[in-house]
Amino acid sequence: MNTESRPTPGEESAATPAAWDIVLRARLDTRPQALDYIGALFDAFTVLEGDRCTGTDSAVVGGIGLLSGRPVTVLGQQKGATLDDKIARNFGMPHPRGFRKAMRLMRQAEKFRRPVICFVDTPGAYPGREAEQRGQAAVIAESLYLLSELRTPVVTVVIGEGGSGGALALALCDHLIMMENSFFSVISPEGCAAILWKDAARARDAAQSLKLTARDLHGSGFADEIVPEPDPFTVAEAEPVFADLKKRLITRIGALSATEPGELVEARQRKYMKMGGSKA
Amino acid sequence: MINLFGKKEKPGKSPIPLGEFKEHSLEMVRCPECGKSLLREVVRRIGSVCPFCSGYFRMTARDRIRQLIDEDTFLELDEETAARNPLDFPDYRDRLMRHREQSGLPEAVVTGVGDISGCRTALGVMDSHFMMGSMGSATGEKIVRLFDYACEQRLPVIMVCASGGARMQEGMFALSQMARTSVAVSRHSRQGLLYISVLTHPTTGGVTASFAMQGDIILAEPGALVGFAGKRVIEQTVREELPENFQKSEFQFDNGFVDAIVPRESLKAMLSRLLRLHDPSCAVRE
Repeated sequence: MNTESRPTPGEESAATPAAWDIVLRARLDTRPQALDYIGALFDAFTVLEGDRCTGTDSAVVGGIGLLSGRPVTVLGQQKGATLDDKIARNFGMPHPRGFRKAMRLMRQAEKFRRPVICFVDTPGAYPGREAEQRGQAAVIAESLYLLSELRTPVVTVVIGEGGSGGALALALCDHLIMMENSFFSVISPEGCAAILWKDAARARDAAQSLKLTARDLHGSGFADEIVPEPDPFTVAEAEPVFADLKKRLITRIGALSATEPGELVEARQRKYMKMGGSKA
Repeated sequence: MINLFGKKEKPGKSPIPLGEFKEHSLEMVRCPECGKSLLREVVRRIGSVCPFCSGYFRMTARDRIRQLIDEDTFLELDEETAARNPLDFPDYRDRLMRHREQSGLPEAVVTGVGDISGCRTALGVMDSHFMMGSMGSATGEKIVRLFDYACEQRLPVIMVCASGGARMQEGMFALSQMARTSVAVSRHSRQGLLYISVLTHPTTGGVTASFAMQGDIILAEPGALVGFAGKRVIEQTVREELPENFQKSEFQFDNGFVDAIVPRESLKAMLSRLLRLHDPSCAVRE
């Protein structure tokens, strides 16, 4: 487990914002989105489209780029910047075709021995009639299965919202990086409060109880690394953060790429077997 | 149905221990379809299918095991594995205690090994009476261990699913079980072993989006709710009427996500047939 960026206890108590404030920050429009990261971190990024089955999905951006000269497959959930863009991208909530497109590109990456880098930022997989009809659950299940045995390195960066199964579908990986003010949760705090306490207004309490912040998840061993952010974290301020993340990715991808694919898959599986199980 | 492998299974022949019979003899259950009340013990003996309307009663894991596994062959695994409260989530400990008491189960899944018409099988049965069959860390752990056990013993796995999804009181500890069980299924599959998933009412959320939909063969009980998102969430999102069979087994079948819809009365026969098709050397036993 990587502990290089574990905050010291002193730091934590002094300036740790409440979980709910982090949720709100993670959802801010002004934060960099997947395409901002992709544009800054990779050269010659080339978009590839289509799930080869029912269509394509702009809530998931996919393609090939160069990370410091090394070809990598990049996948990112993109919420959209303007209102029109948000609507076109379905607010970053992928349909089954989005997950299918991602899986197609993962398999392609495996064939060409390209590492996969995923940027997670979604309220969740889209809950709609057509999405159910096209097998929203089945594609997430398939994506998890595929990533369980994908014979190429997978590194995931949670850059904003990690919304439940729709986020996890791109986050079964060798190394999970979380941006300082991102979160990853089994359910939205509002949803949790509505179900448990019949009061969506208690989302603040739910956020606290769910232990969903990057810091919480680093502490419980789900996140491997945290990347610090300036406050506020906007696209204009992002350059040093992008440079920091790029450096970390180059190091991590380099180490993982040196591992033989069979061993890599075994190590990934061991990591998940050790994680979060009941020790009872 | 053509019977390839011997005589038809006679349902409801397993005797019920006297003590258990007495204890539950006056408990009534209501048919979810027609609303008629019957003694639980009677319901159990007639295979949990309503004699008036053919509706299905919600089954406990123990009843399901009794229905599927040959008498006196079931050995339970990880009986002691029970949920903790990894996040120290408010009220969760009390809720767990209450559900443990009510259901008599330590967790939402019972796992073990037994014979299905003579075929040795690793079996996991989820129980919706325990916190809506939701998947927490102990639920996931038991399922992972079942697949690992099946790998060691080179056995097929059958999972009878019934779940409201990942258990929110365990946060990421619950969500990560989707990943862990996927890894377990993949390791089992890589060894060339068979995994059959049976979807029963209700199978939703993170369980559908992980091991429930990863079977080599996926069966479903008629009329079961099977889906990802909750119906209310979808109605709020899309603001349109949903078709009558929306998120039912039949809907999943029509859309290509289920191999066959199998009535409860024929489930054991179907499973034993599939097991034999994968291992014709299985001894036929009545």
